[in-house]
This record gives sequence, structure tokens and C-alpha cells, in this order.
Amino acid sequence: MSHPYRAQKIAFAFLLLATLVILVSVGFVVVVIVQKGAPAVNWQFLSDIPRQGMRAGGIFPAIVGTAYLVAGAIVFALPIGLLAAIYLSEYAKDNALTRIIKLAIVNLAGVPSVVYGLFGLALFVVFFKFGVSILSGSLTLGIMILPLIITASRESLESVPQSFREVSLSLGASKWQTIQHIVLPNAIPGILTGTILGVGRAAGETAPILFTVAAFYLPQLPGSIFDQVMALPYHLYVISTQVPNVDEKIRYGTAFVLLALVLFVNLVAIVIRYKFRMKKKW
Amino acid sequence: MRKLWEFVIEKVVLICGLASILFVVLIFLFLLREGLSVFKTVSPGAFLAGKSWYPISEPPQLGILPLVLGSLVVTIGAAIISIPIGVGCAIYIAEIAPQRLKEILKAGIELLAAIPSVVLGFIGMVTLVPLVKNLFDLPTGLTALSGSIMLAFMAMPTIVSIAEDALYSVPKAYKEGALAMGATHWQAIWRVMLRAASSGILAAIMLGIGRVIGETMAVMMITGNAAVIPHSLFVPVRTLTATIAAEMGEAVIGSEHYFALFAVGIVLFIISFAVNVTADLFLHKRQ
Repeated sequence: MSHPYRAQKIAFAFLLLATLVILVSVGFVVVVIVQKGAPAVNWQFLSDIPRQGMRAGGIFPAIVGTAYLVAGAIVFALPIGLLAAIYLSEYAKDNALTRIIKLAIVNLAGVPSVVYGLFGLALFVVFFKFGVSILSGSLTLGIMILPLIITASRESLESVPQSFREVSLSLGASKWQTIQHIVLPNAIPGILTGTILGVGRAAGETAPILFTVAAFYLPQLPGSIFDQVMALPYHLYVISTQVPNVDEKIRYGTAFVLLALVLFVNLVAIVIRYKFRMKKKW
Repeated sequence: MRKLWEFVIEKVVLICGLASILFVVLIFLFLLREGLSVFKTVSPGAFLAGKSWYPISEPPQLGILPLVLGSLVVTIGAAIISIPIGVGCAIYIAEIAPQRLKEILKAGIELLAAIPSVVLGFIGMVTLVPLVKNLFDLPTGLTALSGSIMLAFMAMPTIVSIAEDALYSVPKAYKEGALAMGATHWQAIWRVMLRAASSGILAAIMLGIGRVIGETMAVMMITGNAAVIPHSLFVPVRTLTATIAAEMGEAVIGSEHYFALFAVGIVLFIISFAVNVTADLFLHKRQ
């Protein structure tokens, strides 16, 4: 066998190895958490409040807290993100302003999550005096997932063929009528996928909620949007590093619930995207 | 009436489009507003180059050099691990894997991107940390090395997906030309495709490293959080991000400690801004 082919064999073996290293690690993480976490999860674990300083009982308040935070973040980010995407895809001209907006979106996506936490603390908690509350936490998470929603929605809107718009306009529809009745309905699956991925992201993030909403231990449900709540990711952080002698089962169980939630959400997004690709008419 | 409606819609949509700019500016302004106050008590030079970080001693010592070096050590370690593996995986997916396997591999990478960082931190604590401790016979496994390994994996999805994109968008004719000249597939990849995709791959690496510098929870849970200047990979370190996350909860609003943590936030914001703008330039050069 000549030298170039031997080199190719060695190189391809390395590439395969690199791929396997990543895949095996991902598999390992998922398998360990499922294996040790799934047996710890039962109805009582999901529906009970934490007891004995979080060393017993369940994680119900943390699940509810995360649900509130994610809902709040989406309510804030989806309308703004969708309209921003419509602007970029339908109205924006190819000029400096558009370029700056796109750069801002890229930067927003790159801001470290803990810096979002600082920002939320300074703007919502201190400046607007919302306090450490669901409102502050949701808004912080909302701004964090905004770039994700804008990017996904924009891609989806832009993939609607230009001819669809031209036909609608030529029939006498106005620009907004065209967007509302022709472009948006065809872009819904992509927008939905982006939104769902935003849900997964918001549900799993810890750093942005550290100083804006998360309660260390609060075995009750919130009464208003100005209350603190527990949240799943922060709860996992607390019981794995801040509270000594927590039963392994509770830690793995919490990690399992969080991972299962996030992966389920992502799976839904993937299925929607896949089905949409199958059905696509153009 | 309809004209007015169209006009209103257009303006509303424009305002939402501008929201991203507004938020980036607001983030920076509020970091500055809170963070710059620290320079009343410590000069910018002493803040950036000061060797001790004892924020609650009297008077507080607010030098972030140990934290900067902590971030640097962990980031360099992660880069050394993640660049060859990540780019290698990207080449495998783009060039070698058959179509069906390609979809599975991409899904696996997406799965990794979706796992919350606190879950990875937890798994790192219970598996990676004891492994590092036993393997290198250290007093503790909570070291910069553990952090580097964990962060390398967190950078992988970014590096792989963007590098794969870059390779995919190299015109087919380049590769066909190389093959027609008698090059092997590997020679075509190594000498032609990688060069043609180099600016995109560079952007992928930069964005991956940007993710590493900004990562907070996992790194806080497994690097041991010792705010001292690190002399090797085998000691506990504390990164810029972990410092904010670990200490802000106890800092009194309006105290020097509080301002100092915001100033650390400014440093992080500027780093991520620089990384993202540069990576964006590289990505556009390609087109």
C-alpha cells in the first residue's frame, strides 16, 4: 500500500475516533442519569414539597417555578422576537442598520449567561424595583432566548418562496395582508421549533436566575409574579453543592427530571421540524 | 384606514427589530453604571493586574488577576482538547459519514448542546472529578483540568456544527478538481477543503472558545473555586464567571464587592463582544 493511502487510513481513523469520543461521552451522560435517576422518580417525588432541609420529599415547587419562569420568558420573548424576525425578513433593506441589528443579535446570543444574571439584577431587580421575583427572572430569561427565537423565525420566514409573496401582492393584497395570510402560515412550523428550543434553553439555565428570582428553599407555591420561586436547575445546583448529605437518589432524580424535561422539549422540536420537511410543498 | 394600519404595523415591526440593539446597549450601560463605581476605590490597573482577590477583607483587595488567569488556564486546556476533536468530528460528518449516519451524528451533537450546564456540572462532579483525582493522585479532583475537560465538551456542539457548515459550503468543484488530479480523498480534504473553509473553521473555534469563557455553572461546580494564581492544570482555580455566580448572592447591593463583581461582568462582556464580532467578520469573509 502506497504512502498517501496509508496516510488517509490513519487520518480517517483519527476522525472516526474524534467522533466516537464525543458520541460516547454524550451517551455516557444520558445513560448514567437515566440509570440512576429514573428509579428515584415516582409520583410522590414529583408532587411533594422538599422536606428535612431538602434531604427528603419531592421537587414539586421547583417544577412549578420553572414552569412559571419559562412561560413568562416566552410571553415576553415570542412577540418581540417574531416581530423582529418579520422586520428582518420582510421589511429590512440591505443597509447599515440591518447589519448592525444582525450583529446585535449575534452578540446577544454570545453574552455569557451569568452576565445576563448581572443585567437582570441591575435593571429589573434594582432599577425597576421588581425585586427578586418571577417577573425579574422571566424578563431576564426572555431577553436571553430572544436571539434564538429571532434567528429561527427569520430563517423560517425567509424560506417561504418569494413567488408566494408576489402572487399575493399581485392580487391586490397589501404588504401586511400578505405577511399575515401567506407568509406567516407557511412559516409557523419553523417559528414553533424555535420557540420550543427557547423553552428548553430557558428551562435549563441557572446563571441568569441566580440573583433575579431563584429561592434556595421555599416549600410553597408563589402567589404572584412578585414572589420568589424555586427552579429545577438551581435546585439541582443547591442540593449537589450547597447542602451536605443529600441522598444520591434525590440528586440523580432531580437531574433526571431536568434532563428529561429539556430533552423531551427538544425532541418535540425535532419531530415538528422533520414532519414539516416531509410535508413541504416547495 | 388601511394605509394607516400598514404604517403602524411597519413602525411596530421596526421597533421590535431595533429591540436587539436596545438590549445589547442596555446590558452594557447597566454593567457600566454599576461596575465603574469600583474604580473609586481601586485603579483600573490595580483591578486588572492586582494579585489578590479578597473582596470581603477590610479593606477589600480587588485584584482580578487570579480570576483572569483561572479563566485563561481552563480555556486554554479546553481549547487544546476541543479543537482537534471538534474539527475532526466536523470533517467526519461533512466528508466521510454516509447520509443516514450523518443525521444520527448531528442529532447526537444537538443532544449534547441541549443538556443544561448544571446537569453536566453534576455529572462532572460525580464521575469526572473522582476520576481525575485518582488518575493523577491529587488531593482533590476539583481542578482546572476537570474544568477544561468538561468545557471542551460544552464547546463541541458549537465547533462541530459551524465547522461542518463551513466545510459543507466549500464548492464541490474544489474537491472534484483535487480528486481528478489524482489526490486521495484525505489529500483533497487536508490540502484543499480545509484551506478553502479555513475562515469558517476559525470562526467556529472562536465561537466555541467564546462559549467556554462564558460558561458558568459547570465550571463553578467542578473547578474547586480557589481564587489564587494557578501554576498548573492540577490545582483548583476560580474563573471570572464562577466568581460572579458564587459571590453575588452574598454581596451587599451598593458595596464595593457588588461593584467589583459588575466590573468583572464588564470584562466578560467585552471579551464576548470581541470574540463574536471577530467571528462574525470571519464568517462573512467566507461568503
